[in-house]
Amino acid sequence: MSDNLVLEAKSVSKFFGTITALQNVDLHLNKGEVLGVVGDNGAGKSTLMKVLSGLYKPSEGSLFFDKEKVTLNSPRDSQNLGLEMVYQDLALAGNLPIGDNIFLGREPTRKVGPFNFLDHKKRKQLTEEHLSKLKINVKSADQKVEELSGGQRQAVAIARATAFNAKIVLMDEPTAALAVKEVGKVLDLILNLKKLGVSVIVISHRMDDIFTVCDRVMALFQGTNFAESELKNTSRDEVIGWIMGKKD
Amino acid sequence: MDHGEKRLMDKNQESLFVRLIPFFERYGILLLILIMIAVLHLLQPDVFLSWRNVTNIFKQVSWQSMLALGVFMVIVTAGIDLSVGSIIMLSLMGLAIASKAGMPWYVVMLVAPAIGFLCGMFNGIGITLLRMPHPFIMTLGTLYIFRGIGNLISGGVPITGFAEQIRVIGNGKIKLDVIFGEGAREYIPTSLILMIVIFFIFWIFLNHTRIGKWIYAIGGNPGAARAAGINVDRILIVVYTLCGFLAGIGGLILAGRTNSAYPNAGLQSELDAIAAVIIGGASFFGGRGTVLGVFAGVMIMGILRNGLNLMNVSVFWQQVLIGSIIILAVYIDVLRRQLATRT
Repeated sequence: MSDNLVLEAKSVSKFFGTITALQNVDLHLNKGEVLGVVGDNGAGKSTLMKVLSGLYKPSEGSLFFDKEKVTLNSPRDSQNLGLEMVYQDLALAGNLPIGDNIFLGREPTRKVGPFNFLDHKKRKQLTEEHLSKLKINVKSADQKVEELSGGQRQAVAIARATAFNAKIVLMDEPTAALAVKEVGKVLDLILNLKKLGVSVIVISHRMDDIFTVCDRVMALFQGTNFAESELKNTSRDEVIGWIMGKKD
Repeated sequence: MDHGEKRLMDKNQESLFVRLIPFFERYGILLLILIMIAVLHLLQPDVFLSWRNVTNIFKQVSWQSMLALGVFMVIVTAGIDLSVGSIIMLSLMGLAIASKAGMPWYVVMLVAPAIGFLCGMFNGIGITLLRMPHPFIMTLGTLYIFRGIGNLISGGVPITGFAEQIRVIGNGKIKLDVIFGEGAREYIPTSLILMIVIFFIFWIFLNHTRIGKWIYAIGGNPGAARAAGINVDRILIVVYTLCGFLAGIGGLILAGRTNSAYPNAGLQSELDAIAAVIIGGASFFGGRGTVLGVFAGVMIMGILRNGLNLMNVSVFWQQVLIGSIIILAVYIDVLRRQLATRT
């Protein structure tokens, strides 16, 4: 395995009561690499992402960040290690403005005496800078997320994930809820992140997404590693076969 | 006019209308208060706006507003606290017993908020660590428990007579001789000042601190808050503890106002608190509402009761009216949501 390894999962299993969601799953990710993870519903893709981000604790197995073994107790721990997740359900608070969502849990503050108060001005400024860097167009950084379209919400979720110079970004079905013309923008954004040296894991059902942005693709089937290949050595039909549990 | 033009016009009209929504959302309630004041002034020109009556309203709402403020924070997290009326009674009884036991006044003064604090923390821990299915159930339980304990420690009888320093909080007067001349009868109630200071502190807390922002985030989408690394359970314990603490302060104010602790103190006032919060524009589904709205909701309830009393309207009609206003306020909230999702 290369020296560029940024993230590795070894023999990860996850049980929910009597249900086995993941069984001895291995995963590795290199710097600046885009890895596609495919699999049918219930194959364990989302569970694996939640284990990697610290939302779930693995029942068995271990995680390595930059080749060091780590224990994640919450998503905060993985964030501190430079891993960010864009959730399928977007994990945004609709009642809060865009800027508040991007900085939720990591709000810029300023000290007044012994107290820390929110720095509304700085948050607004950082939000506007970041949105324009990613070329995301919204009326105002103060607009509430519940007033945005699906594509705009996805953009905010990605903006949130990349606002703190993440080294690894996990995306769960980033294009599933989008209008066709918005899909291209998100895929461009992923390729941009790759150029900046960010490693990305993309879960997707859409072969177009996988074959546009990924360097490597791995398939899960019924909670286990099923197949894996460099993208150049495989084809759409083969990957679709993997999803259905067929291998030559 | 062709089709495109017509659509453009519709859009312009809508955007003007839509632009007015946030304005009404923010200030509509203050407008309502002004209308109520104007109407009551016309109906009772000699009495309603008199210094004595206005200070009376403020003294009445000061202890109730503490309950409403606490319940408001809980409702912002999409929770509920039914036990605040019992917390106010228990903290009042604790204060009375400490006073009767001859403790110095500054200890007695701390007893009520401390009891409220502990009661609230008990609620918070039950809801989070014991994983009660809904705050309604935990606080319904403690509604009975806290009042029961209050009656157990007091023997179910009133206790009267507190130190002057205690009474000043609920019943004190800041004379305005400087403005109105020597011997003037105009004054500002101490409890009004206390109420304004506490509302201001909690306005800062909810709008200008990280925990305040997280409280709103939890109400909007607890999953998002958790994914952002926020310890949702810990924040919920803080919220219920603060709610109990405010009820304890309410108990302290009530002690000063009535100079007695009585078994029926705070009975059903949790419902008044919830009503004030809802009338003040907070959403029962969480994540929405302002401290100013709570203040307005409390004032609407207070002014309404006071005005109806002045006009000798029966208590039964008052109940009917307040109930109708709650339903109307929530219906307005429903309409507002419909408009918000349509844009």
